Formats: sequence, structure tokens, C-alpha cells
Amino acid sequence: MAKREIIKERVPVPERDPKERIRDFREVKLGYTPQLAMEEAKRCLQCPHSPCVKACPVNVPIPQFIKLIEEGKFVEAARKIKEENILPSVCGRVCPQEIQCEGACVVGKVGTPVAIGALEAFAGDHEASIGYEKIEIKKKTGKRVAVVGSGPAGIACAADLIKMGYEVTIFEALHQPGGVLVYGIPEFRLPNEIVERELRFLQDMGVKIELNFIVGKTKTIYELLEEFDAVFIGSGAGLPYMLNIEGLNLNGVYSANEFLTRVIFMQGYKFPEVDTPVYTGKRLAVIGGGNTAMDVARTAKRLKDVEEVFVIYRRSKEEMPARIEEVKHAEEEGVVFKTLTNPVRFVGENGWIKGIECVKMKLGEPDESGRRRPIPVEGSEFIIEVDSVVMAIGQGPNPVVVDGVKEIKRGKKGEVLVDPETLMTDLPGVFAGGDVIRGGSTVIVAMGDGRRAAKGIDRYLKEKN
Amino acid sequence: MFQILKKKELAENVDEFVVRAPLIAKKAKPGQFVIVRVTAKGERIPLTIADKDPEDGTITLMVQRVGKSTFHMSCFDEGNSLRDVVGPLGRPTEIKKWGHVVAVGGGLGLAPIHHIALGVKEAGNRLTTIMGFRRKDLIFWEDKMSVVSDRVIVTTNDGSYGMKGLVTDALLNLIEKEEKIDRVICAGPVPMMKAVAELTKDYGIPTIASLNPIMVDGTGMCGACRVTVGGEVKFACVDGPEFDAHQIDFDELMNRLRMFKDKEELAMREFQRKHCGCRGS
Ligand SMILES: Cc1cc2nc3c(=O)[nH]c(=O)nc-3n(C[C@H](O)[C@H](O)[C@H](O)COP(=O)(O)OP(=O)(O)OC[C@H]3O[C@@H](n4cnc5c(N)ncnc54)[C@H](O)[C@@H]3O)c2cc1C
Ligand SMILES: Cc1cc2nc3c(=O)[nH]c(=O)nc-3n(C[C@H](O)[C@H](O)[C@H](O)COP(=O)(O)OP(=O)(O)OC[C@H]3O[C@@H](n4cnc5c(N)ncnc54)[C@H](O)[C@@H]3O)c2cc1C
Ligand code: SF4
Ligand code: SF4
Ligand code: FES
Ligand SMILES: [Mg+2]
Repeated sequence: MAKREIIKERVPVPERDPKERIRDFREVKLGYTPQLAMEEAKRCLQCPHSPCVKACPVNVPIPQFIKLIEEGKFVEAARKIKEENILPSVCGRVCPQEIQCEGACVVGKVGTPVAIGALEAFAGDHEASIGYEKIEIKKKTGKRVAVVGSGPAGIACAADLIKMGYEVTIFEALHQPGGVLVYGIPEFRLPNEIVERELRFLQDMGVKIELNFIVGKTKTIYELLEEFDAVFIGSGAGLPYMLNIEGLNLNGVYSANEFLTRVIFMQGYKFPEVDTPVYTGKRLAVIGGGNTAMDVARTAKRLKDVEEVFVIYRRSKEEMPARIEEVKHAEEEGVVFKTLTNPVRFVGENGWIKGIECVKMKLGEPDESGRRRPIPVEGSEFIIEVDSVVMAIGQGPNPVVVDGVKEIKRGKKGEVLVDPETLMTDLPGVFAGGDVIRGGSTVIVAMGDGRRAAKGIDRYLKEKN
Repeated sequence: MFQILKKKELAENVDEFVVRAPLIAKKAKPGQFVIVRVTAKGERIPLTIADKDPEDGTITLMVQRVGKSTFHMSCFDEGNSLRDVVGPLGRPTEIKKWGHVVAVGGGLGLAPIHHIALGVKEAGNRLTTIMGFRRKDLIFWEDKMSVVSDRVIVTTNDGSYGMKGLVTDALLNLIEKEEKIDRVICAGPVPMMKAVAELTKDYGIPTIASLNPIMVDGTGMCGACRVTVGGEVKFACVDGPEFDAHQIDFDELMNRLRMFKDKEELAMREFQRKHCGCRGS
């Protein structure tokens, strides 16, 4: 192939004006038009060793799909991606591309990397807009598999299993399927419509989804094993961590899970048109520096009652684990960052939070994670006045699903332990993947697990015969 | 969708629903609850499984109208369906053969008390039930409780029926008569449970209270339901809802139940404004 000239600057993805977009929950990024996508696709150098592919957790054939976009073959591009990743419209929007595919892009060494994520979302959206092709399903095996949880891990596992000819039923605890894609990630980053259409497609392929069904409560894993030949657990990491400091149970103190469940999942931002209330007052602070913290801050910014939003983080901005793009979006939307600041106490009045006592931090030597360890500056305590606070400091696997199932071993953080190859637990026929085995990860990693488990299940059931 | 097979008004602002939910009916144990979403725009509200019939595949809910969601639910009739019902949630009541158990219930507290009473009796205990109401016309389920209890004591604040006074007066009565009480289980308004706990603590009677904090998911995912028990933070939906009453921080619970007061009043006003032909909307 003729050597291409490097185009340093990326074709920008059109976005809505911050002043306008903080007034609603509609998507912030407008996405590429076909022209813009084709133009951006030209920037890909089609590297033969494609480092981008190696940096993608599921090895999406990146140069190939980008080539198809360049040639205007958008549907083919989407199908190319789907060989490895069935949710391009989702992953193109939410993958932390800067540390995955785009982080390794050769063009990034001299300019901005190729917009792999935006191109992936474009291809996925384009295919969806013209309707999916009918997927060929292998001869029915007559075997049944139960999938626990309808998040990315469960969706990916169910999709592969149904294509292999298994009968698949997903059991979901909540009243709406999608996992974090619907109960965590806000609509202004990932519209629910997209998740709904992918789930509809899954059901069209024959996957059954049973809502309001809590495995471990409505039925146990043991009972599922009586009805199904194998079980996949993709129940995620729905157990919120809390700061165990004074004032934790004051009114106005939330976990990120509660806040996002109320506002995003239950659509409390439409209250009183919908019934789920949320109390914020005028000043809200978010504690944490990850993607969840950014989602909470940006969600809060969009609520009618809220005037000011703070992000309190104990290290500096450079150490923030959140995606750069999300930090940028939050800043554009007027979120105020209070970095090198650590909360030590929630200050209350008559049972309601009124302020957060914080201490200033400075950075010391790097710790095990390689990030510089924050150390409190003595005598630097001060109070940030707030009406509400949301803790976004991480979460762990929820034990309900495996409660009382002693064969399934769990690690220190409650994560379900599996064989790294097959993803089978110590209970034969029961597999697990996604956040429930990792404590927390990403959409694409969870999907990768779902697919690996599907292979593991297929092998297990064939060998069992 | 979960169909309502029977509905009955038990007293002013209290309805009983028999709902088709075969999987839950099969699993439900005393002390457990469900989360109900009345309509597609509804919030998730916890309601105790007051009774069950695994053969018929039904559960019984007893609902006290206190705000938007419970009033909306009372618009639903036999044949209508509730949008979502999920469960059974929470830990079942610890039930052993203790000897003489006194169950104390007021208002919506009778929902857990009834199911717990069934379990307590089945385990071979002697059971005294104390039921408290404000006045005679608010009394319900005296018959139902009489069937499961060895003795039922009804109290009314104004003395219009049964014993005049509060449930704690009746309980103190038993204690003063030197009846041997091995365990007290209470459920109802927080001030009532707090008063029961204070009384039995003085006499060293083990006491369990079934708590009703604000919940959302009911599966340990959100932490809305956190309560302080023995100085530790617990999630009532998965660690409870029943706890050692002598260890519970009732004042904190009472405070947390006020968290959404202003919004709830707004929701109720809006509902009343639009209320008419609300059925199934
Ligand atoms: C606010 C937030 C923002 C995030 N942003 C990003 C991002 O931008 N990019 C990214 O890649 N990742 C992001 N993540 C992480 C990502 O969402 C998760 O890693 C991913 O969703 C994990 O997928 P999963 O299928 O393992 O679990 P989940 O998505 O958590 O799905 C689990 C499902 O199982 C159900 N379930 C749980 N227990 C039971 C049970 N007992 N019975 C039946 N069903 C059950 C749950 O209700 C849920 O629907 C974010 C996470 C959060 C919380
Ligand atoms: C484990 C448990 C079991 C319960 N069992 C029953 C029962 O069997 N029968 C019954 O009538 N009631 C029961 N309740 C209480 C019932 O859930 C509330 O009365 C109901 O949610 C009120 O909703 P509303 O919209 O009608 O009233 P609102 O006006 O919204 O609220 C009135 C008051 O109810 C409380 N409340 C509001 N939302 C919730 C919520 N999501 N969860 C819990 N409490 C809330 C608050 O203190 C509030 O001030 C139970 C609660 C719990 C936690
Ligand atoms: S799945 Fe995610 S990491 Fe892989 S190519 Fe797509 S956007 Fe990049
Ligand atoms: S590294 Fe960048 S330029 Fe090279 S193939 Fe991948 S996307 Fe294209
Ligand atoms: S109700 Fe959400 S954790 Fe208990
Ligand atoms: Mg309400």
C-alpha cells in the first residue's frame, strides 16, 4: 500500500453547546455524519502490525472496519466490528479509548489518534438505522442455559450462546434490562434507546428475558441448575462502598448508586411526572475522581434544583481515573473541581448535611498503584458548605446471587473466583464473568468475559455429553 | 404484570390485596417483603408479604395509604395488574421454639406481624399478640390474628375498644403480672417500636423490631435503607429488615424517613389534583 501522509488533527465529533446541553438529558455528542466519518477514516494508516487491535480488550479488527468506512461501506463496517464486539454503538461511546485502542494508535504519537470510538459508534448507529441482518442460528442443541444479569457480560454471553444453538433465558433483578448501561451510565452519554434496541435484537434472536427475578431470592442457583444445563453469572458489582466517617447517615448523603438509580434509572429528573424523588438542595458535592463521579456530577448539573456542583478528589487532576473526555465535559458544564482535598467528616444540622469538613492533601511518594500517595496537610481543615453529597468511591460484587452457595468461592473483595481459562466456578456448570469476578471493570471487558464464558459453556456441555 | 385477584378495604386508608405472584408465594418466609412498582412511572416501594398461598400462587399485601404511591395503588381493583413485583426480599425472621412470644403490631406493622405470627406458632411457641389502634373504627385483622394467636389484646388510644392506652401499656401490664415473656417481636410506626424497645430493655427481654426505612432496589445495591444497629451501619433490605431492637438507633431512622418529605408532599398534591379515573394509568 502506498505510504500515507499523516493527518495530525482529528475530524472533531460535533457536540452540543454546554450551555444548552445542561438543560436536558439528551446526548451530548452528535456523532459523525457519513462525510465526516469517511474523512476521519482516511487518517488511519492501516498499520500492518495494528497496535490498536492489540490494545482493544476484544481485538476488534480496527483497520479493516475503518477501511470499510472510508469506502462508504458502513453496514459492512458494522458487521466487521460485530465479529468481535456485538455492541459497537455502546462501546464506541463508553470505552475508555484513550487507554485502550486509541491509546496505542500510531497517529497518536505525532498528533491526535484516529477517532476509533467515534467511528465505531457511527458504524453501529448506521447499521441500526437501516435494520439488522438476520443472524444465522446453528441447529438447536436442545440444551438450556440460564444467564443471571442483563448487563454487558450477560448480553454478550447470551448472544453467543443463542447463535450456537442453545436455548437462553436471562434473569434480571430489576424491572428493566441493561445493567449499568441503563442504571448507571446517564442518557447524555449513552441514550437508553440504543440499549433497548440491542436488547430487542437479542430477543428477536430468541433470547428470553425474565425481569423482576432475583437469583438467590426468587430462585437459587441450585434451582436454576435443575432447570438448566448451565448457568452464567453476570450480576455485576452492585454493592456501593461508603466512606465510614462521621455523619454518613445524615439526610442528603447518598451513594452514587442510589443517586444514579433515582435520577437516571428511575428517571427522577422528571419528578413529579414520575414518582421517584431526589433531594439535592442547591449545592451538591461528589466525592471521587472516577467515571462514576463524573457521571454523578454531570447528572447533578442537569437537575433543576441544583446550582453548584463540586467534585472532591484527594489526589490531583492528573491522577484522576476518569476518562479525560469526561473531565473535560464536566468542566465545560461548570462542575467545580476541588482536588487534593479529602473529606474527614460530614457536618450536620438537625439531621441534614450542611457541610463537609475536608483536609488539604499534598502528594508524596508513589504507592503500589504507581500513583503518588496523598498525605494530609496538618491544620488545613476547612468546610465546604453543601446541601447534599454523593459518594462515588467504588463498588464491589453484590453477594445476593451466591448467598448460601458454598461451592462457589469468593475472593477478598467478594469477587466470584473462576478458572481464568473457562470462567467456570468451582460449582460445575456455573460460570461467571464481568464485574462480579473483577470487582469493577469496563463494558468491553465484561463483554469479553461473557463471550469467553459462552465458549467455556459450549465446551463444557459438549464434553458432558 | 402481576394481577390483583382480590382487594378489600380493611379500615380507613388500609387496603388488603391478594396478588398473583407464584414464584414469590412459593419462596416467601415470615419477615420478608416485596418491592412493588404500581405503574410504569411509579417508584419502587417495599411492602411486606403479610400472607402467602403457595398452592394458589398468591401473596397478600396490606397497604396503608400514606402518600402518592400507596394512594395510587388503592385505585387498583380486582382484575387490574401491578406493573412490577419482585421478591421475596430481606432475611426471613429468625424463628425458634422460645416459649412465650409476644408480637406487638400497630397499623401497617400488622403486615409483618401476621406472617411472623404464623411462623412463630408453627414452631410451637405460645403467642400473645398485642395490636394497637387509635380508635375502634380503625381496627382490622382482629379475626385473622385471633386465629394464629393464643391470645389477642387490642388497645385503642381513646378506649373505644379493648384496652385503653398504647401497646406499651398492654405489654407493661403483662410484664407486671409477671408473665414469663421469652421474646418480643414488634413492627409498626417508629415511635411505637422505640417505646417497646425502651420498655423491654429495662426488663431484659430479647426484642426484635422490623424496620421500615426508605428503600429503592431492595437488594443491597443503593444503601438508601441504611440504619445504625449497635453502632454499625447496616443495609436493612439485605441485613434486615429485622434487628435487635435494643441496638437500633431509632432517632436516626425517624430522621431518615423524612428525607424526601417536601417532594412527597408535592407528589401527593399533584396526584390529588389529577386524581380521577387514575386506574391503571
Ligand atoms: C456510573 C458508572 C459509569 C460507568 N462508566 C463506564 C464507561 O464509561 N465505560 C466503561 O467501559 N465502563 C463504565 N462503567 C463500568 C461498566 O459499566 C461495568 O464494568 C459493566 O457494566 C459491567 O458489566 P456486567 O455485565 O458485569 O455488570 P452490570 O452492568 O452491573 O450488570 C449486572 C446486572 O445483573 C443484575 N443482577 C445483579 N444481581 C442479580 C441477581 N441476583 N439476580 C438477577 N440479576 C441480578 C443487575 O441488576 C444488573 O442488571 C461504569 C460504571 C458505572 C457504575
Ligand atoms: C421492609 C418494609 C416493609 C414495608 N411493609 C409495608 C406494608 O406491608 N404495608 C404498608 O402499608 N407499608 C409498608 N412499608 C412502608 C411503605 O413502603 C411506605 O409507606 C410507602 O413506600 C410510602 O409510599 P407513598 O408514595 O405512598 O408515600 P410517600 O408520601 O412517598 O411517603 C410517606 C412516607 O413513607 C416513607 N417512604 C416513602 N418512600 C418510601 C420507600 N421507597 N420505602 C420505604 N418507605 C418510604 C417515608 O417515611 C415517607 O415520609 C414497608 C416499608 C419497608 C421498608
Ligand atoms: S471495543 Fe472499545 S477498545 Fe475495542 S476498538 Fe472498540 S472502542 Fe476501542
Ligand atoms: S494504529 Fe491507528 S493508524 Fe494504525 S491501524 Fe490502528 S487506528 Fe489505524
Ligand atoms: S434498598 Fe437499596 S440497598 Fe437497601
Ligand atoms: Mg412516594
